[in-house]
Amino acid sequence: MSERRAPLAAFKHLLLTALSLAMIYPVIWLFLGSFKANNEIFAITNLWPSQILWHNYADGWTAVPGYSFADFFMNSLTVSFLAVAGSIISCTVVAFPFARMHFPLKGLWFSLLLGTLMLPAQVLLIPRYVMFSDLGWVNSFLPLIVPSFLATNAFFVYLMIQFMRGIPRELDEAAIVDGCGPFRTLLLILVPNCKPVIYTVAIFSFLWSWDDYFEQLLYLNEVRKFTVPLALQMFVDNAAQIRWGALFAMSILSIVPPMLVFFFAQKHFVEGVATSGIK
Amino acid sequence: MIAFMQQIAIIKKKPTGNRSRQTVAAYLFLLPWLVGFFGYTCWPFIHSFYLSLTQSTLSETVFIGLDNYVNMFSDGRFLKSLEVTTKYVFLSVPLKLAMALFVAMLLYRSSFSMTVYRTLFYLPSLIGGSIAVAVMWRQIFGIDGLWNSLLALFGIPGKAWLGQPDYALYLLVLLVVWQFGSSMVIFLAGLKNVPADMYEAAMIDGAGAVKRFLRITLPLISPIILFNLILQTIGSFQVFTQGYVITKGGPMDETLFAVLYIYELAFKQQKMGYASAISWMLLVVIAVVTAVLFFTSKRWVYYENEIQRGR
Repeated sequence: MSERRAPLAAFKHLLLTALSLAMIYPVIWLFLGSFKANNEIFAITNLWPSQILWHNYADGWTAVPGYSFADFFMNSLTVSFLAVAGSIISCTVVAFPFARMHFPLKGLWFSLLLGTLMLPAQVLLIPRYVMFSDLGWVNSFLPLIVPSFLATNAFFVYLMIQFMRGIPRELDEAAIVDGCGPFRTLLLILVPNCKPVIYTVAIFSFLWSWDDYFEQLLYLNEVRKFTVPLALQMFVDNAAQIRWGALFAMSILSIVPPMLVFFFAQKHFVEGVATSGIK
Repeated sequence: MIAFMQQIAIIKKKPTGNRSRQTVAAYLFLLPWLVGFFGYTCWPFIHSFYLSLTQSTLSETVFIGLDNYVNMFSDGRFLKSLEVTTKYVFLSVPLKLAMALFVAMLLYRSSFSMTVYRTLFYLPSLIGGSIAVAVMWRQIFGIDGLWNSLLALFGIPGKAWLGQPDYALYLLVLLVVWQFGSSMVIFLAGLKNVPADMYEAAMIDGAGAVKRFLRITLPLISPIILFNLILQTIGSFQVFTQGYVITKGGPMDETLFAVLYIYELAFKQQKMGYASAISWMLLVVIAVVTAVLFFTSKRWVYYENEIQRGR
């Protein structure tokens, strides 16, 4: 049996290796390209830079006149961290009554929550813009942050509810007997037990808000407020004679935060994707 | 035991005594979501429909009834955008899922370490939505790009591939298929739940690998396939960033995705009413496709409890 299987396993191994190399080749090319001179980047024969040009990074960092990428990273990090904080707090608080309490119209609210899960957000795009424009929030970070404090990501709320339902009720019933009110029960009993799902929500809200080009494009229109994706896009569009190495360098830096999150939280990450089915 | 029963009695009594207090508490917890639901979803939803019946800019709105819905069918660019989007969805979603399932099957129950491969295959999904990758794709398939350098090795003359009406859309499809990793991880998790004894029984009965895949694996993970299919379909109909950043909707509107057109109408040409009408039409298309998927799924999705019940 195993003799028959050995060649098959070897073939599978070969196929997987070839496929994974083909898949990450562009990323490696982008990375190594960030150290090359213009004329060398597109030559396929030498993947490895003949001379490592560190100054591509310095050039890229200050490529947008009057600003440095430090500003754009600060903007992106501000938006993402606040969006993460908002999602964690609001989704935990909102999931609690759905998972644990009885109240009138619970079924209705729950079906509406599930309904928003499937609702394509594109249909809400324009009226949301009109609303934020009326509020005077256009060209500020508020449209990118405030919604996350209102538990507007139904996916996260749903994940939280499902997870909380899996925690034994005896735990919070004991807390109630000991005289804890609902808020203290949530904070002292459920939150510590919800750590895995909180990690999942944190990771994905960070990634989504970091990469959320569309909303940032809509709501931020001053270079001073630009996030990293917008700055990169401007870098590409504006330079008539692009220094590719510098552009590649900033592209690489822009994917460092998601990569760090991935490598430091890999366990939670894979669990999160697998159990929840989100990207 | 008696103490335990007493505790239960206390717990059972408590909520009935404090029902109204609990209701108040529950609604206090729900408050952020209620504000978000009504303000950020429900109201925009209604408002969007109203806007679709008007001719509006940010400053003024004129009610024009169903005109937008009539006019869009003589708008060549709208029809083009619908065609392009549909083509994109029907190509990218099945290809991506098939690729994900194929690689998941290769990885699944393999003798070698899965973690390294899983990480490598997941990487494109992790960074796929970023502008960095869009920039990269543009450079790979540009006139001086990596792809042309590769073709030159074989003596094939290069082109600006993303500028070719015949190729541009397919290169964007390729970019999405490249990001099959996240679906693969979901499939791997599903495959883990397929009981090994089923395979053993089938092997004893003389079922080959293909038969085992078709008769055991596929039916048992069909709920996951459906779940993926629906989410990816809804998501792909709303594709924007790649079309906007990589091809700007061109060449010759060949990558003018519906949301890209909506964006252009609403925010470049200030036709917010017409853009809203198109977004409603897109909503209808998505709803119909999703409904069809749900409806036909009864024929091909198996749920475990059905099998246990012997259906």
